Amino acid sequence: METLIIHLLNSLLYASVLFLIAGGLSLIYGVMGIVNLAHGNLYALGAYATAWAVGRMFGSVPDVALFVFLPAGALVAGAAGAILEPTLLRPFYRRAEEYQLLVTFGLLLILDDVMRFLWGPYPLSASALYESFGSFPIFDSIYPTYNLLVIAVGVAAAAFLWAFVYKTKFGVILRATSQDKRMASALGVNVNKVYIQAFTIGCAMAGLAGAIIVPSQGAVLGMGVDALILAFVVVVIGGLGSLEGALVGALITGFVREAGITFFPEIELAVLYLIAAVVLLVRPAGLFGRA
Amino acid sequence: MNQNHTLNTSIPRFPWKVLGYAGPVVVLLLVVPFVADYVKDPYQTILLSYGLIMGIAALGFNLLLGYTGLLSFGHSAYFGMGAYAVAFSVKYLHVTSMEVFLAGGLVATVVVSALFGFVCVRYTRIFFGILTLALSQVLWSLAFKFFWVTGGTDGLRVPTPTLLGGMIKTSQDKVIFLSHAYYYYVLIIFFGCVAVMWVIVNSPFGKALQAIRDNEIRAEFVGVQVRKYRFVAFLISGAFTGLAGALWAPLNGLTTPDILYWPFSGEIVFLTVLGGFRTFAGPIIGAVVFNYLKTYAVGYTVYWQLLLGAVLVTLVLSMPLGILGTVSRLWLKLRKSR
Repeated sequence: METLIIHLLNSLLYASVLFLIAGGLSLIYGVMGIVNLAHGNLYALGAYATAWAVGRMFGSVPDVALFVFLPAGALVAGAAGAILEPTLLRPFYRRAEEYQLLVTFGLLLILDDVMRFLWGPYPLSASALYESFGSFPIFDSIYPTYNLLVIAVGVAAAAFLWAFVYKTKFGVILRATSQDKRMASALGVNVNKVYIQAFTIGCAMAGLAGAIIVPSQGAVLGMGVDALILAFVVVVIGGLGSLEGALVGALITGFVREAGITFFPEIELAVLYLIAAVVLLVRPAGLFGRA
Repeated sequence: MNQNHTLNTSIPRFPWKVLGYAGPVVVLLLVVPFVADYVKDPYQTILLSYGLIMGIAALGFNLLLGYTGLLSFGHSAYFGMGAYAVAFSVKYLHVTSMEVFLAGGLVATVVVSALFGFVCVRYTRIFFGILTLALSQVLWSLAFKFFWVTGGTDGLRVPTPTLLGGMIKTSQDKVIFLSHAYYYYVLIIFFGCVAVMWVIVNSPFGKALQAIRDNEIRAEFVGVQVRKYRFVAFLISGAFTGLAGALWAPLNGLTTPDILYWPFSGEIVFLTVLGGFRTFAGPIIGAVVFNYLKTYAVGYTVYWQLLLGAVLVTLVLSMPLGILGTVSRLWLKLRKSR
């Protein structure tokens, strides 16, 4: 029983982080039609920024107060997005998709090394925050309380995004732009502004994912590339461009990963990719995608 | 079904004018080991072998990108499959013959590309890219996780092979072997690959692929079986890349999961665009140039990725036609203005 609960919580933990990363990727694709290969690096950027802020302030403030630095990662990644979209991506909307993929691949290489330059080649840890939360008992086992916070952030982000996209005026503009850019533009929507906003939100989501996971796992070089591949699995299963799809995809991926790590660790990744391939064969646009 | 649109193998006429550019290059490639020996730098020959091998891979990759209009972000799978087929035949079958390596590498990659191609050619554009990427990562994760079979991140060692069944005496010294006998071996296969690919892209089959690239619906209306042609192109593309992988393994002496990891696929895309994917020879030039660029960037700074990324972004922004595309456009302009 208790192992089941722990597996369940771990699955939800993976799913929360994956939803934030893949949701950002999907939002950007849905609105702008770009698959950002550097998206994983923004997740890594969020992790590094938070770990750095927590490391700097450690000792000078009470440990639990450190959690105010969690949004730092989201802010930094969002700011990076707000700078990158108009400077680097905007010239490419009229060009073929190949070029968009290539330019974001170049951005991936650049961001990788910028982070190596800023924070050095060694892992950065923010475990003080993780430990300050302690743990709680589940029957005879104990479970880190911090992980519950991560799950809560994931749930809150999903709820917030849903309300944002479906209940606010900006959400209407966002959906309108995503459905028909030219029509939205003709109706007076400033498409360029919407693009910056969408890209910023998407990047901030990835940054938040990095920020909330870094206290338990630490920031290492290469974490971005690994995360991107998992995010691809999520959006392929759920449907590129759909937030509901990202949520369902993240849940499926979270559970399969947790089961995989427990029961078939060698082929855990292979099974995930095979699920993604099978979904694409059966439903080309993903479970929730628009064909 | 019209006879003109089935797989037609009539050999196109060779454009003798090309010899004007290609002739000197061929001569240059043939004398490189002598020059390198003269300046006592055999490493240059080995470096060029790497470039030529990547050129074969890029030729295969460009059949999809440049001629069929499909951007694969998973060609590391076929390159890696070729290399691992060689490493496996060394470790488990104790083979040392290079010809067996090549045959094994080709068979393994054709099987894998048939399997992957069957799934992937149902899609185009961004989904094709993501799907090829995802499938290639299945192979990577298997190579990574089944370490007792594949050596994991330590990789598998590939010793010096025997060429042509030992008919030619090769040196025991690894550097001398790689910079002479093996270089010419690679060079001859490279010429062979260029010739075969040239015939393919200029055959009716190649023309049909270009028709698919330019207008899929119209191609279908004139009777091209789009999915079948894409599948065959995918197979040929995978086979060329796998052959390159099989040639690469003895040169590198070690296969690691790095060559199956998707950033390696990104490098193949990068070098093809660097040379110019709208031209036949562009990817080869891109491969050789990229090889030098990367080798010296890695030697020059730990931030070589930053350098390569900046080159890629600048390239895509300012020279989307690549090196060869830009040069030939400038050349045409120059001729017109005279």
